Amino acid sequence: MTQTLQEEATNTPAHGATEGKREWLKYISFSTDHKVIGIQYLVTSFIFYLVGGFLATLVRTELATPQSDFVSPDLYNGLFTVHATVMIFLWIVPAATGAFGNYLIPLLIGARDMAFPKLNAVAFWMIPPGGILLMSSFFFGAPGSGWTSYPPLSLVYNKVGEAIWILSVLILGTSSILGAVNFIVTILKMRAPGMVLNSMPLFCWAMLAASCLILLGTPVLAGALILLGFDLIVGTAFFNPTGGGDPVVYQHMFWFYSHPAVYIMILPVFGLISEILPVHSRKPIFGYKAIAYSSFAISFLGLIVWAHHMFTSGTPPWLRMFFMINTMIIAVPTGIKVFSWLATIWGGKLRLNSAMLFAMGFISMFVIGGISGVMVAAVPFDIHVHDTYFIVAHLHYVLFGGSVFGLYAGIYHWFPKMSGRMMNETLGRVHFILTLVGFNLCFLPMHKLGLEGMNRRIAEYDPKFATLNLVCSIGAYLLAVSTFPFIFNALWSIFKGEKAPSNPWGGLTFEWQTTSPPPHENFAIDPMLLIAPYEYGTEKAKEIIQAGPFLATAAATEA
Amino acid sequence: MQGSAIDSQAVVNYQAEVGHGHHGHPDYRVLGVIVFLIAEAMIFLGLFTAYLTFRAVAPTWPPEGTPELELLLPGVNTIILIGSSFVIHNADVAVKKNDVKGLQKWFGITAAMGAVFLVGQLYEYFHLEFGLKTNLFASTFYVLTGFHGLHVLFGLVLILGVLWRSLKPGHYSSSNHFGVEAAEIYWHFVDVVWIVLFILLYLLK
Ligand SMILES: [Cu+2]
Repeated sequence: MTQTLQEEATNTPAHGATEGKREWLKYISFSTDHKVIGIQYLVTSFIFYLVGGFLATLVRTELATPQSDFVSPDLYNGLFTVHATVMIFLWIVPAATGAFGNYLIPLLIGARDMAFPKLNAVAFWMIPPGGILLMSSFFFGAPGSGWTSYPPLSLVYNKVGEAIWILSVLILGTSSILGAVNFIVTILKMRAPGMVLNSMPLFCWAMLAASCLILLGTPVLAGALILLGFDLIVGTAFFNPTGGGDPVVYQHMFWFYSHPAVYIMILPVFGLISEILPVHSRKPIFGYKAIAYSSFAISFLGLIVWAHHMFTSGTPPWLRMFFMINTMIIAVPTGIKVFSWLATIWGGKLRLNSAMLFAMGFISMFVIGGISGVMVAAVPFDIHVHDTYFIVAHLHYVLFGGSVFGLYAGIYHWFPKMSGRMMNETLGRVHFILTLVGFNLCFLPMHKLGLEGMNRRIAEYDPKFATLNLVCSIGAYLLAVSTFPFIFNALWSIFKGEKAPSNPWGGLTFEWQTTSPPPHENFAIDPMLLIAPYEYGTEKAKEIIQAGPFLATAAATEA
Repeated sequence: MQGSAIDSQAVVNYQAEVGHGHHGHPDYRVLGVIVFLIAEAMIFLGLFTAYLTFRAVAPTWPPEGTPELELLLPGVNTIILIGSSFVIHNADVAVKKNDVKGLQKWFGITAAMGAVFLVGQLYEYFHLEFGLKTNLFASTFYVLTGFHGLHVLFGLVLILGVLWRSLKPGHYSSSNHFGVEAAEIYWHFVDVVWIVLFILLYLLK
């Protein structure tokens, strides 16, 4: 039934006269079109972002005063645990890899779809049930051991919620692995003729590196969760010291995935930024190969730093040195990227539109998170700030200041391509300023709170921290408010926005050479690489951009 | 700078081909199966490493009072499973010669060997003197062999699925036999995992 609906729907041209009312149905069907799936991922994950944001607002409301007076401490534990799980597994991972990966990769490499369209749809349709399952845990006593779910606490506290958490993360992890298989095969095998690895857009490099991490890391998390599940449900003692087990083994397995998970969440966003900056700076990207290969350097190093989360878990001193040094070395490939981006926009003809503002906001905020990352990599410093708000500040500068700013930049940049409509620039700028101010108001003071010793994951705290916490909570409300201009802008633009031309930003990559939105199977003719992706400012680039979308009409083949 | 990165030979080849104008692409499913098996291998690697760490950290291993494991039955089982990997390869050779009868024969034998392995493992489970919760060794033993056993079961289902489809004339041929290859690759994978598992659980003292 849905199958036939989908076939009909995807065969209708996006803006045909017979468009009709069934067009939107394809977005709730088992569609195998990578563009539909990409948008399904984006909308679904954004809804979960709002859910996670709502939970965060509740957390900050509780923390606005030093007393535990808003929710019960038990519910508070559930709120921050589910907040983190939702933001990681249901927002940033599916949005960065699932949404942009699926929408952009076939377009960027000139393919008509992903290598395995059905598998792609299966991977997406695991997300909504996984997410709803997780949310349902609030009815049974939400998991409250933090998103890290360390045993032995997780084995004795809110056990039903914990079991639901395990099952949900296993489902979401499987979806992520299936997606990664698809990305790797698609990028390696389906590039347009003429496009070698070293001439593919940088987002593809980033997705390849991130997919490798998903493939190597996520299964180990699954292994840890299977053992944790046995301990929890059957009563074995893998991680339970009273039965001879070892909780530290869980920590190793967990962080073997969860440190790389940071790169799974940030590498694709690095890729988005590498696409957006040259277009709006009208300059070739600086250091193509440096950016491309540093993604893999980050991936590789990312696999051998996990125990920096365990400096206070009895890790032997010599091992701590190993992980400390490795962690600090990651700053090198990351720094290479940041300097390449800065050199790209240096002296360019910058267009300060919403996409570019968020991209530049991304660089500045991410660098703060990167610097505090090197700080917490140092063993003595980490022992001081471990489990304090300094860590909370650091991780939000990476995951919000980094990933979320970058995702917004991506949405503003590709919205015209996805929807065929332009977004409103004024609202976009209002959104940016509110986000930037709210974000820093919320998270900058947390550095100081952490240094002064305020512990994370507590509902009650010393009254001497009250003022700064109130500031953080006000910042959090501002962040919540900042999403309204965006949501209004997106909804209004989809229906009433100005019609988007095929190449509104003068981009050179394939997606700008076809119509907005692209037709079923993306291109009217088989794409072929005419120009390397970032040759902005050259005569050839000007010719191509002026000639219009050369992949949009069959007639262009003759030219 | 990046202009040089464009492969001019590929462009020429492409221009020669573009006239055909069909939109299909070669079959990458076998590559997909192999990439997926990397993820599968990582689950087992994670579980094996956990097992080795438990061993290394425990004061005595296996914990005191763990009964000795009988080697005869699992030894025979190991030989059966390794042998089945050679048997299934014959099916691949057969289908590449368009010999569907041969494919069915060799897949049938492999399926039988896989079933014997599973029955043998269940028999072992019922006759062991320790249970899932006896101690840490017992728990890892059951979870590791059980998780592997599930993979054997899944491999068996794949093989039977291919057998079922091969009954339809012309379903598999020398040019079209993804299912055969996928089942074979998966079966080899399950086999290799078992060898590591056997060494870790039964032989390593
Ligand atoms: Cu880390």
